[in-house]
Formats: sequence, structure tokens, C-alpha cells
Amino acid sequence: MKLSGAEILLEALRLEGVEKIFGYPGGAVLDIYDRLPFTNLQHYLTRHEQGAAHAADGYARVTGKVGVCFATSGPGATNLVTGLATAQIDSVPVVAFTGNVPTFMIGNDAFQEVDTVGVTRPITKHNFLVKDVKDLADTVKKAFYIAKTGRPGVVLVDLPKDVTREIADFFEEEYKAPPQIRSYKPVLKGHPGQIKKAAKAIASAERPVLYIGGGVVSSGASDLVVKLAEVAQIPMVATLMGLTAVPGKHPQFFGMLGMHGTYAANMAVSECDLLIAIGARFDDRVTGKLSEFAKNAKVIHIDVDSAEIGKNKPVDIPIVGDAKLILEELLPEVEKQVSKNREFLVSREKWLMKIRSWADRYPLYYEPNDRVIKPQFVIEKICEVTNGDAIITTDVGQHQMWVAQYYKFRFPRQLVTSGGLGTMGFGVPAAIGAKVGRPDKIVFCVSGDGSFQMNMQEIVTAVQYSIPIKVAIINNGFLGMVRQWQGIFYNKNYSQVHMDVQPDFVKLVEAMGGVGFRVERPQDVEKVLKEAMTINDRPVVIDFVVDREEDVFPMVPPGGSLKEMILPKYGKKSLEKAV
Amino acid sequence: MEKKEYRKHVISVLVENQPGALARIIELFSSRGYNIESLNVGQTEDPTISRITMVAKGDEHTIEQIVKQLRRLIDVFKVRNLTDKKKLDRELLIVRLNVETAEKKEEVKRLVDIFGAQIVDVSQDTYTVELTGDEDQIDAFLQLIKPLGIREMARTGRVAMVRALQGDTFEDKH
Repeated sequence: MKLSGAEILLEALRLEGVEKIFGYPGGAVLDIYDRLPFTNLQHYLTRHEQGAAHAADGYARVTGKVGVCFATSGPGATNLVTGLATAQIDSVPVVAFTGNVPTFMIGNDAFQEVDTVGVTRPITKHNFLVKDVKDLADTVKKAFYIAKTGRPGVVLVDLPKDVTREIADFFEEEYKAPPQIRSYKPVLKGHPGQIKKAAKAIASAERPVLYIGGGVVSSGASDLVVKLAEVAQIPMVATLMGLTAVPGKHPQFFGMLGMHGTYAANMAVSECDLLIAIGARFDDRVTGKLSEFAKNAKVIHIDVDSAEIGKNKPVDIPIVGDAKLILEELLPEVEKQVSKNREFLVSREKWLMKIRSWADRYPLYYEPNDRVIKPQFVIEKICEVTNGDAIITTDVGQHQMWVAQYYKFRFPRQLVTSGGLGTMGFGVPAAIGAKVGRPDKIVFCVSGDGSFQMNMQEIVTAVQYSIPIKVAIINNGFLGMVRQWQGIFYNKNYSQVHMDVQPDFVKLVEAMGGVGFRVERPQDVEKVLKEAMTINDRPVVIDFVVDREEDVFPMVPPGGSLKEMILPKYGKKSLEKAV
Repeated sequence: MEKKEYRKHVISVLVENQPGALARIIELFSSRGYNIESLNVGQTEDPTISRITMVAKGDEHTIEQIVKQLRRLIDVFKVRNLTDKKKLDRELLIVRLNVETAEKKEEVKRLVDIFGAQIVDVSQDTYTVELTGDEDQIDAFLQLIKPLGIREMARTGRVAMVRALQGDTFEDKH
């Protein structure tokens, strides 16, 4: 079949199973947009290319499919950069297509020309510049394959305008053949000898801890991890990215570890004698002072990316491969060991009790207040009203940590948050992508007043396509997390963190065609949330005016060990309950 | 972490012979602030595959990380740190020397003989000499001819291959 480059691209997307695209047209991609209406692909026009990238990312995170975004050359492409970097560092499969000037003008500083492949090289898993229409189909096939296999990531395909115009042969059958990339062969199956070793270590440890990362969620290994924990009576802690791998209320789950982790999780990791890291990368926000992290523990590290193993922390038993495939092999081995020797479960019971006593003594805590809204209270109420069943997207800052602490997640892929890059402005467009991917779910974006203002224009996108996302702004009139650091480490020198001048968010959202609420009293929180739940045809934004100087606790000071947590001031009520 | 010790590493990479591949590889070094001392790229027996030999100074841990990260690049077939391997290790030097006097000419000829170098270009007052050897040989030669007056020089940096005696030729990527 003879097709133009643009048609080949769209055919290839259809064959890849792509249904939704987020994008923004421009001169260099006009040929593609010209053919787009003649396909079944649904395109969402965002208000900024960054929004398109985040939406594709949000879509990918909730569905597990590859997210796709389009942008034009030059500024279109550079506007994608933050979105691509965000997805890449969190290992989210996204394929981005950018237009470029015609091949004969490349390198000429032509209008809207930029070296997109050069600019995006450090923030993608791989990228391509297609110089000949004959290579286009094969390149698209490779792009999707690379994005979704091994450690998932971002692939960018740069398409000069003449490539999308020229005609070439396209054969569906040929496209369906498996891609051939001779230098790319991701290892998926774990080494059997190492798996046996790991099983033995798990059976012989007295105080093991499962340290669960985002890789567990993306490989679909959640159930297996929980089963492993139950079979061998191992306590579980999770990273921000791994939070939804485990039911939030599981009796062996002690919440998030790290800088804003729970006391119990951080102590468990500090005191364990075996750390079983799965799909986690020992990020500095998790480990605190590295030399003190799980100091006396043997380490098992399961990861699909061999470059992560031993990167930050020496590992005793490395297993390279897909978490799910490895756990399928590991679990029976552990079961064998457990049935041979049931005695060790006694020591596990003691260990679990010790962690529980930490959790009871130092729970997550905030001082309740009936005059001022506490931000944590809002998260608890959102969890209650949505029955713990909503997909939550967040922006970055204090509200993000409060979501991680106070929302009890129930199923994998329920939390969409920028973990690695910490991208403010992520929440709203990611919520749009999430709702497009999972229209059956309530999608709640929890944002801050600072973060919301970074990409609030995307509310218009949600209005245009009747995407009923809900946004809760935790509004303290500050860049809250920065203020918290200035408060603790910079002697309360609150430099440039006041957001004293803010738009009237209610009027603003209404001007954009959504529904706006403002809540200033604790007793109204639930009522308004319930009302927001009834609006199903357009976005809703609730501006929660909260306690201005509330901080996130516990907190491990940067560079400190996980044991050195700054704890909240426990009120009388809580300590009575705890002790 | 143990104390960081910096030394020269020789890393050999087999890579798809296509645009962008080299840039990705160099970036892994430059993004860590490591200066690449020398870099060589050329075809292998398979024209679609290039061999890159690079020499960079770094501590063991970071170089190991770079090697791992090189392996995960899509275009990369094989990576090997040759630093502690028995290897064949050569570079090429081209140097133009001032030889205004007959004594100097004689002296250069003598050194060229000893080192197995060659005079490849001659003008009234210069000799241009070419020498292939390992790094030590080239350094030694340069040290001896330096007093004569080097007008211009170019050296390629190293290319290296593991000796066949070593048994294996090249580890797999993973």
C-alpha cells in the first residue's frame, strides 16, 4: 500500500493499539494533523505542550499502556521537555512525536527549528530522527517496543516535515512482525541460582523487610509481593512510587519510608537484617544518609535495570529481571523453605510486633482543629468520600506528601505523582490523562496553590472534552514545602515563598467553564466534597483554605539517617491512644 | 564508601554505526563531569558496527556505573572495561620537528631508528615523524625529541583489543 509518511504514522499507531493522543498542532506536523480526522484516534488538544506530555504520562501510569503525545517543531518540542523528563525518571512508557523542519533545512536555524533529538537525549530512554520515509514504520515499531519493554521509559521520534509528506510502501503484515533491534535485548527472567540464594536468605533472616518500589506496580507484581509478605511474614514498606502496590490497610504494611516516611517504616528499615528491595532504586529521598541506610542488613535487590543494582548501595544478592517473573520463581522457593522450617515464623512474629509497637507509639499525627482546616484532614476526607477508590494525581510539595501519608490506597496504579523529578504543574494535566484512561474511576487531583498555578490552563482542556476531573487545592498561600525547609533549616527566613496575590480560584475556574468552590471551615469540607462528587460533566476545583504553617512530619533532615526523624508534636489525645 | 581513587580506565564499546550513538556515549561521561582523555571511533570487521575506545580518569565505582549505563543504551552491543586486562594497546603519533641543523637531523634519525618510527615528510628545516606504539613508548619518544623543538603534533589516543590468549574475546552486553 502506498501511503504518505503521515498516513504511515497513523496506521502504525492504530496497529500499536493506540486510541488516545494528547497534543498540540503546528506547522511542522500539519500533514499528520491533516490526516488525523480520518482515523479512529481520539486527539485531545491541550493548552500547552507540557500539558500534553503530562497527560500522556498520566494516561500511561493508570492504564499500563504506552502514552502518546504530539508536538510541533521548535518551541513545541522544547515545551515537551519537562513532561518527558518527568515520565522518564519515573519509568513511564511514553512515545512522543515531534515535527521538525524538512530534512534539507535541518541545521540551518530555520524557523521553529531545534535539535530536538539533541535536546531530549538525556531525558529519554532512546530517541530517533527519521530521515527517510522508508524507515518510518520500522522506527515507530521500535519506539513502542523500546518504550514498553525492559525498564519502561520515554522514546521520542522526530519527524521532519518532508518525511511526513513523502510516499512509501506500507504493509500491515510487515509491521506486525516482531521488531528487530540486535543491540537491545532486555533481561526479564531472573537467574535461578540467585533466586534460590534469595529464598534461603529470606528464610534465614530474623528481621527482614520488603522495600517496595514503583517497579512492582509497573510489572504487575503487586499480588505476588503481598503473597510473599504473607507466606513468610515479612513487614512491607513502600516508596512514593510503590505505594499503591500494597493495600494501604494491609496489617503487614507500614506505609512509606524515607524523608517523610512513617516512624515505623523508617525504624524497620534501620533495624532490619535483610532488606528485600524490589523495583526500587535507593533514591536519596528514600535512603537519607546512605551509610546509615539498612546499615546491618544483607541486601537483595530485584530490578529489571542492571544499572540500578549497586548504584547507590552495595548489594549481596542481585537479581536482574522483571519483578513479576522473578517473584513467580521466588515464591515457590520461599514456600518450600517455610514448610521445611516453620520455627523462623516465631521470630518474624516478634519482629512484626516490634514494628507494630513503633507504629502505635508514633503514628502519623496532626493536631485536630475545629476552626482552621488542617490539610491532612482534607486528604482524610477525600479518602473517605471516595471510599479509597479514586485515582489520585498530585502536584509536588507538602500536599503530595500528605496524600502519600493519609490516603489509604487500595489497588495498583491508583496514585499518579511525579516522584523522581518532582514536577510542579504535573497534577492537573496528569489527571486529564488519567481520567481519559480510566473513565470508570473518580479522578482527584490534589494540588497546592503554587503547583496549581503552574498548569491551571489545562482546566480549559478538561472543559472542552467534558472530562470531569476533581481538583482539591490545598491552599496555604505559600510555596509550602519550600517554606517548611526555610522554617526548619533557614531560621524562618521565608524568602520568596509568599503567594499573597492569588487569583480568585472560584471565579477563575468558572471563567474557564468549570465549577469552583471555596472552603474555609473544617465543618464544610465533607459537604463540599460530596457536592463535588455529584458533578460529572465538567471539571470541579475546590479551593481549600488551610492552616498556613502546617508542616509535614515525620521528617528526616536532608543528609540525616532515617532514624533521625523530626516528629510532630503529639497532642494529648493521640498519646493517650498510643501509649 | 571507600576512599575514591582516580585512575585511567580504558573502555571499549561496540556500537551501532549510526548518528547519535557516539553522542549518547560521550554524554554518560560528560554528564558526570568526567573528562574523556582520548576517544577513538572506527569500523570493525562488520561495517555496521563501530568500535569505540575511550580513556577516562575516574574512581572505580563511578566507572563501573558508567559501564553499566553504557550497556543499557539501545545502540550499544558490548562494553568492556579493559583497564586490568591483558590487551593490545596502540596509539599513533604524528609530530613535526624543527631540524635546522645537521646535528638535529642526525639526532632525529637516530631516535626514529631506535623507536621504529618513520620520517614521512620532509621540508628544509622540518622532519615529520610517525610513530605507533603503546602510550609509554609514545611518551618516551616525545620526551626525547622535545628538546629539539616540536613544531606541531597530533596523537590519536588509544585503540585497544584484548589479547587472544585471554580466552574470551568480548563479554556479552548483559
